[in-house]
Amino acid sequence: MLSAESLKKIDYELTKYPADQKQSAVMSALAIAQDEKGWLTTETMDFVAEYLDMPSIAVYEVATFYNMYNLQPIGKYKITVCTNLPCALSGANEAVAHFRERLGIGFNETTTDGKFTLKEGECMGACGDAPVLLVNNKRMCSFMSNDKIDQLLEDLSK
Amino acid sequence: MSQPAQILLAGLSPSDPDDWRLKNYEQREGYVALRKILSEKIPPEKIIEEVKKSALRGRGGAGFPTGLKWSFMPKQYEGDKYLVCNSDEGEPGTFKDRDIMRHNPHMLIEGMLIGAYAMGIRAGYNYVHGEIWDVYERMEEAVDEARAAGYLGDNILGSDFSFQLYNHHGYGAYICGEETALLESLEGKKGQPRFKPPFPASFGLYGKPTTINNTETFAAVPWIIRHGGDKFLQLGKPNNGGTKIFSVSGHVNKPGNYEVPLGTPFATLLEMAGGMRGGRKLKGCIPGGSSMPVLPGDVMMQTDMDYDSIAKAGSFLGSGAVIIMDDTTCMVRALERLSYFYYEESCGQCTPCREGTGWLYRIVHRIETGKGRLEDLDLLNNLADNIQGRTICALGDAAAMPVRAMIQHFRDEFAYHVEHKKCLV
Amino acid sequence: MINFEIDGKPVSVPKNGTVMDGANQLGIYIPHFCYHKKLSIAANCRMCLVQVEKAPKPLPACATPAMEGMKVFTHSGQAVTAQKGVMEFLLINHPLDCPICDQGGECQLQDLAVGYGASSSRYTEAKRVVANKNLGPLISTDMTRCIHCTRCVRFGQEIAGIMELGMAGRGEHAEILAFVGKTVDSELSGNVIDLCPVGALVSKPFRYSARTWELSRRKSISPHCGLGSNLIVQIKQNRVMRVLPRENEEINECWLSDKDRFSYEGLNSEERLTRPMIKQGGVWQECDWQTALEFVANGLKDVKEKYGAESIGALGSAHSTLEELYLLQKLARGLGSASVDHRVRQSDFRADSQMQGAPWLGMPIAEISQLKSLLVIGSTLRKDHPLLAHRIRHAVKHGAQLNVINPIDDDLLTKVRNRAIVAPDKMVSMLAEVLKAVAELKGVEIPDDAKNALSTVSASDTAHAMAASLNDNKPAAVFIGNLAQHHPRYADICKLAQHIAQISDARFGVLGEAANSVGAYIADAIPFGNRNADTAGGRHGGQGANASQMLGMDDPASETGCKAYILLNLEPELDSYNPQRAVKALAAADLVVMMSAYKSHAAIQENYADVLLPIAPFTETSGTFISTEGRVQSFNGVVAPLGETRPAWKVLRVLGNILQLDGFDYETSEQVRADVLPAGNDVSAWLNNSLGSLAVSPIEAGKENKGSEGLQRIGEVPIYQADLIVRRAESLQRTRDAAAPLAWMPGSLMMQLGLRTDEVIRLKQGEGEVRMPVAQDDSLPANCIRVVSAHPSTAALGGMFDQITVEKS
Ligand SMILES: Cc1cc2nc3c(=O)[nH]c(=O)nc-3n(C[C@H](O)[C@H](O)[C@H](O)COP(=O)(O)O)c2cc1C
Ligand code: SF4
Ligand code: FES
Repeated sequence: MLSAESLKKIDYELTKYPADQKQSAVMSALAIAQDEKGWLTTETMDFVAEYLDMPSIAVYEVATFYNMYNLQPIGKYKITVCTNLPCALSGANEAVAHFRERLGIGFNETTTDGKFTLKEGECMGACGDAPVLLVNNKRMCSFMSNDKIDQLLEDLSK
Repeated sequence: MSQPAQILLAGLSPSDPDDWRLKNYEQREGYVALRKILSEKIPPEKIIEEVKKSALRGRGGAGFPTGLKWSFMPKQYEGDKYLVCNSDEGEPGTFKDRDIMRHNPHMLIEGMLIGAYAMGIRAGYNYVHGEIWDVYERMEEAVDEARAAGYLGDNILGSDFSFQLYNHHGYGAYICGEETALLESLEGKKGQPRFKPPFPASFGLYGKPTTINNTETFAAVPWIIRHGGDKFLQLGKPNNGGTKIFSVSGHVNKPGNYEVPLGTPFATLLEMAGGMRGGRKLKGCIPGGSSMPVLPGDVMMQTDMDYDSIAKAGSFLGSGAVIIMDDTTCMVRALERLSYFYYEESCGQCTPCREGTGWLYRIVHRIETGKGRLEDLDLLNNLADNIQGRTICALGDAAAMPVRAMIQHFRDEFAYHVEHKKCLV
Repeated sequence: MINFEIDGKPVSVPKNGTVMDGANQLGIYIPHFCYHKKLSIAANCRMCLVQVEKAPKPLPACATPAMEGMKVFTHSGQAVTAQKGVMEFLLINHPLDCPICDQGGECQLQDLAVGYGASSSRYTEAKRVVANKNLGPLISTDMTRCIHCTRCVRFGQEIAGIMELGMAGRGEHAEILAFVGKTVDSELSGNVIDLCPVGALVSKPFRYSARTWELSRRKSISPHCGLGSNLIVQIKQNRVMRVLPRENEEINECWLSDKDRFSYEGLNSEERLTRPMIKQGGVWQECDWQTALEFVANGLKDVKEKYGAESIGALGSAHSTLEELYLLQKLARGLGSASVDHRVRQSDFRADSQMQGAPWLGMPIAEISQLKSLLVIGSTLRKDHPLLAHRIRHAVKHGAQLNVINPIDDDLLTKVRNRAIVAPDKMVSMLAEVLKAVAELKGVEIPDDAKNALSTVSASDTAHAMAASLNDNKPAAVFIGNLAQHHPRYADICKLAQHIAQISDARFGVLGEAANSVGAYIADAIPFGNRNADTAGGRHGGQGANASQMLGMDDPASETGCKAYILLNLEPELDSYNPQRAVKALAAADLVVMMSAYKSHAAIQENYADVLLPIAPFTETSGTFISTEGRVQSFNGVVAPLGETRPAWKVLRVLGNILQLDGFDYETSEQVRADVLPAGNDVSAWLNNSLGSLAVSPIEAGKENKGSEGLQRIGEVPIYQADLIVRRAESLQRTRDAAAPLAWMPGSLMMQLGLRTDEVIRLKQGEGEVRMPVAQDDSLPANCIRVVSAHPSTAALGGMFDQITVEKS
């Protein structure tokens, strides 16, 4: 169900927890699965449940509790912009407006070419670098002026 | 103004990409405290004593005395005990733990090692905020480095002290910063806070005695051991020992982290952050992260940055996130965004928070969009009363306090919104 | 103990006790939703907030530990303000649709809202709407009403042992659901309906059929498994509308199995027989009672004259009452036949001559929770005894070790310490190994009656581990399950298990298959003189044929069957060890009288019956069941008999009168009971599992070792086929547990036979064959095929644990 490489990563995560606490690795396992598959299908969650010896509903609880799991298909690049107050005071809303204009989509929408999905984020713990955003959960971009946004979109569109 | 003392960020050169590495840390007196403890076989009680003396208070938000917390751990306990570092920094406005981990990860590791030694703990986890993935990866590398150098693992530096440390990442849930939600999350569940008592010291991770501290709290410990608790205390004020990193954000010229001794006047801090952006007037400031009550600018300008002074002024030092708002800020809009945050981040298990945060947000949203009523202000206050102090965890309080403070200090502005269906600013 | 005060009243609770415990003791009601005495504490509803002296804020009574000297106020200003605040929050998103809600009238939220809610709402925003979920045929949802108390989730995790429901999402978007596309399939699932304090989870079969205040509540006792669950039966216009648990801490606690809860649908089945019927010239006709009973009496007289009284056989199900079974055997014996039995699924009767009393659980049900080690032999535990399985899970959670010897490895939803999953014909040798191991461990001799049989046995590691587990952890118990009781070498299994228990100083019990398995013995519905042969004198009329002999299962070649049968509450084509032979024997008889609540489709179809007498199910008659722990529980009818149905005890009484037999002058069922039971109804002196000096047969080559070559069938009884009522409970028949049977076999066997999953094969036993798809289960022992019995689709097959052959079709 998951690639050998992903399984290896999950197995590594499992070494962090006591042998009878496999469930502790569920967050990493889901993140690893999502990296491989793009989003978490029912089958993927079921697989993770089986792999970690958990009830599948318990996996689903986790997958739906944490914001960064994608439970629906999304664009190739998920762009999550923090709009919380500190960032808003330093231009987050302007950055969002720029994205809307450039991509023609709002939050939770995906461009018709399936390239970009725009998401509203909560505090990322980088408020000093506002506006900040995440590309596909893992790459953080700071001080996102309109120019830098244009640059980013250009790079990603390549 | 004299150059403020620095502990956590001292000697760093952020432009150097190898800044964080073990060898660089060792050049900054890294792992000296640990070596000293292990070679001199300092009794664990002595260490806790030293931390108590330092008046180090938890940097995660509640400001609980760290030495006292450490002394709660059962000493004679036979089974496993755990040490957990709360690096799930998600309180809006706070971004200090990220810098500690990016630039000084070994200081955190050493702090945890010392804590583990002091409390007789053999395994620990560092729970890293999900959105700062590169920092998680850096922590993974730093832990590998420490392990390879014999600072982590079995028989550390040839002693009979062993400690395993692992990083665990979050994946987007503010509530996991709450310590018991974090433990649930570590156990592979939803991050739903537990009712206390029992406290983690008796029933923590996997039901075992556990101590949880914030990243910044742990990071301060090596210095305390190297220089003594008294020295640390003297850096700050009585009951407010040491330095503290303040994350300054919002309408300032140089947002960023500033480490200063506790008790430093707010005005000094503001100056360090380059002063108000565009030279505008300070309208309000949230001095301790978004969960804390806002204070009007003039009150703030009279206040020193330490736990007791800020409490006296009517707010809390919290996590040390200083959100600066100038006179262009619409307070209704600011509150609307904050209320939305708590509404979105409520874990949903307890009634007042699950139902109340949404209600609060909807009312503020209504006011902001010109559909408010004058009674709404009292209703907001009353709902805040019905949430605060009635929930399982302090998120309920965190949602309620900003509402009350905003209405208290900026009632006119809210009333204007209701009456004129638009902004005052 | 911790002493403190609530509302000025002193109370003391044990260490770790809570404020709620204290309040419960004092009878002070603190409003609550999430708290439930049998579940872990969640403290999430916040309804139970109370004031505690010196505490800066109100505290939840359910989770706040009692402290010495603490002063609690449950009705102070602070407490009531807090409670009202919570109630307001609970109501803002709750639809106020009580008039159309099924929970209306028994809703905790509705009740409390009257006391704590405000008259008008300050909430003017749009209410939340939550999509409903399909949780299967038993539970209906209206999730918008959910107040997130998580009782249902905790029930699954903590009691049912399987987490099927969870709370997904977070904050206001949190909702209770099952994993995508899944339903709730636990055999205890219906309890969440009781647990849900609002109308979010309600009974699907009951839904919209009545308002709760229209229902009257009557007490009753479950007629299904041997536990004897206490029931509340709710009725409207002489119809059973719903069954709820009646709390009894010593039996079912506050729970019910789904079988106990939803079987009532079978009472209202279309198939109910409401008038007597006689087959004349091959055609069934309804008739009046007089005609029917005379037909029966004349038929019996004819047979007795023609073939002798011994050729009359009486078979009654152990789901029948004590009174019914007693009169059944009295009738047969009065006619001169001791061929009476209730053990239609038993196949090994070698122990009969050595039995010392009625086989029973060997201990009180409640003490199962305290066991520290158990050996369960031959049982589909969860399905046969859902609440005993829960007790065992509870024990395991508290440190007990569970050991299992079984031909199947179904998930018991708890930790199994040692398991021996062996073919049916290897169960005896496995037990012999354990006996050997336990004797070695204790340094005692193997008892004489097993010595020879065990001479070639040597104990495996598993056997040693099981022996040590039983020996080292006390209290311990050894239990014989239904499957073992049906096993062709039941006598040996029972004897060996008894020795194991004795040597390891463990309790020994036989898990009662039916509600009245113990009572059936006590009523003497057995073909041999038993517990009070001397006291009841001539009642027995000597030794008769047992069920197996009566139904011609012993020796297919000879015509051993009876010439006349009285069947009470039985469908032999589903209820006997070998339905193929049973039907054949019945068909060959001159007279088959079926006393049944149902127009037994098969009986008519198979065409073996001659007369059908409509008798009352447990809800329409008074009677008594004696549960597996030996508890005598009498009950009254809760509704009038349907149509011309009559209580079976009355029918038998009248039959006795018509046949002019002595001692059939009862006016009430209580009089019948008084004839059977000693004063005070204490039957403990008659309970005895000992098998006297019965010798164990040589381990590998017992006479009954029918399935030792070729493929063996594992033919357990599926949960919702066990008795006549549940077979007709429509909603239960739509559950996963009632899914169409498959031929389960290990992959190795599939390979050997060249079969694929889902491939339809022909299964043959004796002269019968059925077609069925193949399914793979690698946990089954080699050369075994698991094909359930007691199911219409397998009724053409033979013995439950006999040889079976497979052919590709
Ligand atoms: C809603 C909520 C969010 C919190 N978030 C954080 C956090 O992000 N980081 C943190 O260190 N503490 C956070 N805390 C505080 C922790 O619960 C806990 O008090 C702290 O980790 C203890 O460490 P300390 O004593 O070193 O401060 C939060 C508390 C609440 C109620
Ligand atoms: S206060 Fe909110 S976040 Fe905390 S436990 Fe209750 S619902 Fe969850
Ligand atoms: S009953 Fe105490 S919080 Fe629900």
